[in-house]
Amino acid sequence: MSIIKKELAVAALENGTVIDRIPSEQLFKVVSMLSLNTIPNSITIGNNLHSGKLGKKGIIKVADYFFRDEEINKIALIAPDATINVIRDYKVVEKYNVTLHDTLCGIVRCSNPKCISNNEPMSTVFHVTNRQPLELTCRYCTRTIKGNKIEIIQ
Amino acid sequence: MKCDSLVSINDFSKEDIMDLLEKARSFEENPNRKVLDGKVIATLFFEPSTRTRLSFETAVNRLGGRIIGFSDAATSSSSKGESLKDTIIMVSNYVDLIIMRHHLEGAARYASEVSSVPIINAGDGANQHPTQTMLDLYSIYKTQGTLENLNITMVGDLKYGRTVHSLLQAMSHFNPTFHFVAPDELKMPQEYKIFCEEHNIPYYEHSDFSEEVINQTDILYMTRVQRERFTDLMEYERVKDVYILRNSMLAGSKPNLRVLHPLPRVNEIAYDVDDNPKAYYFQQAKNGLYARQAIICKLLGIDVE
Repeated sequence: MSIIKKELAVAALENGTVIDRIPSEQLFKVVSMLSLNTIPNSITIGNNLHSGKLGKKGIIKVADYFFRDEEINKIALIAPDATINVIRDYKVVEKYNVTLHDTLCGIVRCSNPKCISNNEPMSTVFHVTNRQPLELTCRYCTRTIKGNKIEIIQ
Repeated sequence: MKCDSLVSINDFSKEDIMDLLEKARSFEENPNRKVLDGKVIATLFFEPSTRTRLSFETAVNRLGGRIIGFSDAATSSSSKGESLKDTIIMVSNYVDLIIMRHHLEGAARYASEVSSVPIINAGDGANQHPTQTMLDLYSIYKTQGTLENLNITMVGDLKYGRTVHSLLQAMSHFNPTFHFVAPDELKMPQEYKIFCEEHNIPYYEHSDFSEEVINQTDILYMTRVQRERFTDLMEYERVKDVYILRNSMLAGSKPNLRVLHPLPRVNEIAYDVDDNPKAYYFQQAKNGLYARQAIICKLLGIDVE
């Protein structure tokens, strides 16, 4: 069973990246977060696929594209269990879980309307102050935002 | 010091605080020194605050420095839509130090990132007001002879009052015991109680402002209970007079007790307290001058004896 799934989901790429184990309800947010609508490569998106761990999952395959670390790791905010498979010549040459960096720049919006970051043309900066459960603290107004309240800047 | 600006009281270590207290004491003995001769300092008050601005400007004047700036954003280019970044970069071209107050939270942190000269945060919205904390610490130090092992009672609006939050964090270096006296709606936020627990600081919460609490206190830190903080005005009417300090309530208090208040006071300290030698809030405001002189010199790297 797992061999068949692998062939359907992963092996079809000659070169590129497969983002696997995205919670189904977050799939399109991940697409948007990675600005996949702006890259010309072939992209295959699957959703509501069977997953042993997640129940249902989404998967994204991008041909001939390799994400930079800081580009891909931010999706850990909404898809903490996502795995990245780097494919070269039909083989998975690298596989890893996404991990959040300690500092997030320009990714999350501060929930405090009186925060300077919502009132100046500037990048937001958040420090990850707790990972489980996820908690971010604004570098500027020092407000703490819990995981389920995090708003991603589109 | 973690950086060359003062944005939050947490930018100062315990050693920095003790050093500043000694410097403040020295400035109190001799506040008129020309150590800022040739320096230009900006006071940028995007939000008006007469008391804080006059205190800073007096501090600079008594040290022989010159001041440029504005006391209201309406008279600055931010009223034309200039960004904070542009204003700060422009002003930092001219001066040696910027003292700023802003209504937006985090404004001073951001300014310290774009400025080429040190920034002193003179208040950023509900967030931080570290020079107020330094003058509170100096007032406590001066009246008690130490900051260690004191029993500190905070009364009134403990939820929104930034002065009590900063003071609580700064005192965490000195093994205090806290009593928090507040109505349910204005209780000390959970994050600060967790902070106390993490630092092994004992604290007790009370909704009654009783003499029993006052009588074991070294420092009674009063704050104003503001009507606009209440969602339920019935609740405000019920509690508004509960947190008023009257002179008779100090009858059994410790001889070293002092009453502090960040001012302005409205009715939370009855006027009959003013004549009690334990009332310290006006001297406290005066201490702000010396604390600010010490901070300005420290940020400019000026050594004073």
